[in-house]
Amino acid sequence: MKRESLVSITDYSKEDILDVLEKASQFEQNPNRRVLEGKVIATLFFEPSTRTRLSFETAVNRLGGRVIGFSDASTTSSTKGETLKDTIMMVSNYVDLIIMRHYLDGAARYASEIASVPVVNAGDGANQHPSQTMLDLYSIYKTQGRLENLNITMVGDLKYGRTVHSLLMAMSHFKPTFHFVAPEELKMPEEYKLYCDSLHIPYVEHQDFTEEVINQADILYMTRVQRERFTDLMEYEKVKNVYTLHNQMLRDSKPNLRILHPLPRVNEISQDVDDNPKAYYFEQAKNGLYARQAIICKVLGIEI
Amino acid sequence: MINEYKKELEVAALENGTVIDHIPSDRLFKVVSLLGLEKLDKSITIGNNLISHKIGKKGIIKIADTFFKEEELNKIALIAPNVKINVIKGYKVTEKKPVTLPDRIVGIIRCGNPKCITNNEPMKTVFDVIDKERVEVKCKYCERAMGKDSIEII
Repeated sequence: MKRESLVSITDYSKEDILDVLEKASQFEQNPNRRVLEGKVIATLFFEPSTRTRLSFETAVNRLGGRVIGFSDASTTSSTKGETLKDTIMMVSNYVDLIIMRHYLDGAARYASEIASVPVVNAGDGANQHPSQTMLDLYSIYKTQGRLENLNITMVGDLKYGRTVHSLLMAMSHFKPTFHFVAPEELKMPEEYKLYCDSLHIPYVEHQDFTEEVINQADILYMTRVQRERFTDLMEYEKVKNVYTLHNQMLRDSKPNLRILHPLPRVNEISQDVDDNPKAYYFEQAKNGLYARQAIICKVLGIEI
Repeated sequence: MINEYKKELEVAALENGTVIDHIPSDRLFKVVSLLGLEKLDKSITIGNNLISHKIGKKGIIKIADTFFKEEELNKIALIAPNVKINVIKGYKVTEKKPVTLPDRIVGIIRCGNPKCITNNEPMKTVFDVIDKERVEVKCKYCERAMGKDSIEII
C-alpha cells in the first residue's frame, strides 16, 4: 500500500490528478463508504479555518474514520513554545493520517518530512492549498465534461491569490488558454507567466473586466480584491468595484460558462448573480467534500 | 603580469594545502566564515585588496595542510562564483579548478521570507538551485525563489 503526503499540487502528476477526480466522482455517487473503519485521523488547525476543517472532518466521518485534533492553536502547547516538530512527532504516534493547516509557509512540507504517517496540507500560510485546487479541478471537470482545451479566465487578485497560482499549475497539464484580468498592482506574477511560456500555454492579460472577455470564457474564476494588499489606498478605491461581476454582464456569455470562486465572497460577485444557473460557487464548495474524500483515500493508498 | 608576480611575493608560498584565489575583495571575509576557517588551527594566510588585472582588487586565502571536500568548496560559488581553487602538494599546483554550484544547498542560506517555517523552527534550510548561471535558488519549504542579491548566508 503506497502512502504519500500531499503538500503541493505539483506533487501530483497528471495521472495522479485524474485518479483523484475519478475517485471524487465515485464519492459523489455514494459519499458514505466505511473504508476508514478503525482509523484515526488528526485535523491540526494551527490557524482557524472553519470551512476547510468542517469539509475535511465530514469527509473522514462519511468514510467511517474517527477525528482528533484542534481548531485553534491557542488551546495547544504551541502557545507554550512547543515546536511544530514536537507536536507532529507526538501526534504521529496516535494517528493514521495528519491533516494540517498552519499559518507559516512551508510548515506542511516540514511536517511531512518529520511525520511517520502521511500529511495532507490543508493550507500553509500563503503557500499551498492543494485540496482547494483539487475541488476547483473537479468542479471544472464536472461542469465542462472535460479539462482539455478550456478558456480559463481568472479575475481579481492574481498576485497574492494562491488559489489561482495552484489552479494555473494544475491546469497546465490540460492545454488551457488563460485570460488574466487584474489591476496593475495585482497582476499575475512574472514567474507564472514564464511558466506558461515554457509550456507554450497561451495567455492574455487584461486590465479591464469587460463583457468581451467574459463572452469567450468557459470558466470565470473570481477572487477577492483585498484592501490590505494595496500600498496605495487611492489605487484600491479606484479598482475595488471595477472587478465586480454583475448579472447583466453575463447576458451574452457562453451557455457552458460557469462562475467559480474559492469563497468567502465579499462584493466581487454581486448578489444578483446567485440565481443565474451559471453561478457555481456554492456547488463548488460542496464538491470539496468529494475531492477531500478522494485525497484521503489516495494518500492512504485505499482503493474504493 | 607584473602585478601577478607581485602578489606572489606579498603572500607566502605554501608547501601543502589549498589556495582560494580570485575572491572579490568585498567577499573575502564571507568566504572565510562560509568555510569556518576561524575554527581551523592550521596556519592560514589571508591577503586582500591585492591588485588583479582580471577583477581589479582581489582577495586570496592560503590554508596550509588542509584539503577540502568538493561540496565544501562548491558552497563558495554562492557568493563568489568565479574563484579558483589550487591544490598544492610539495610547493606545486597539483590541481586547479573552478567552483560550481551544487543542485541542492543545505543549511547555508537563510530564507528571505520571514513567514517561512525555516525562520520559525530550529531546522536546517534547504534550497534547490534553479538557475546556476544567474544563481537563483528556491526554498524547498515555502517555495519562494530568491536571486543572487537577496541571498543571505546564515
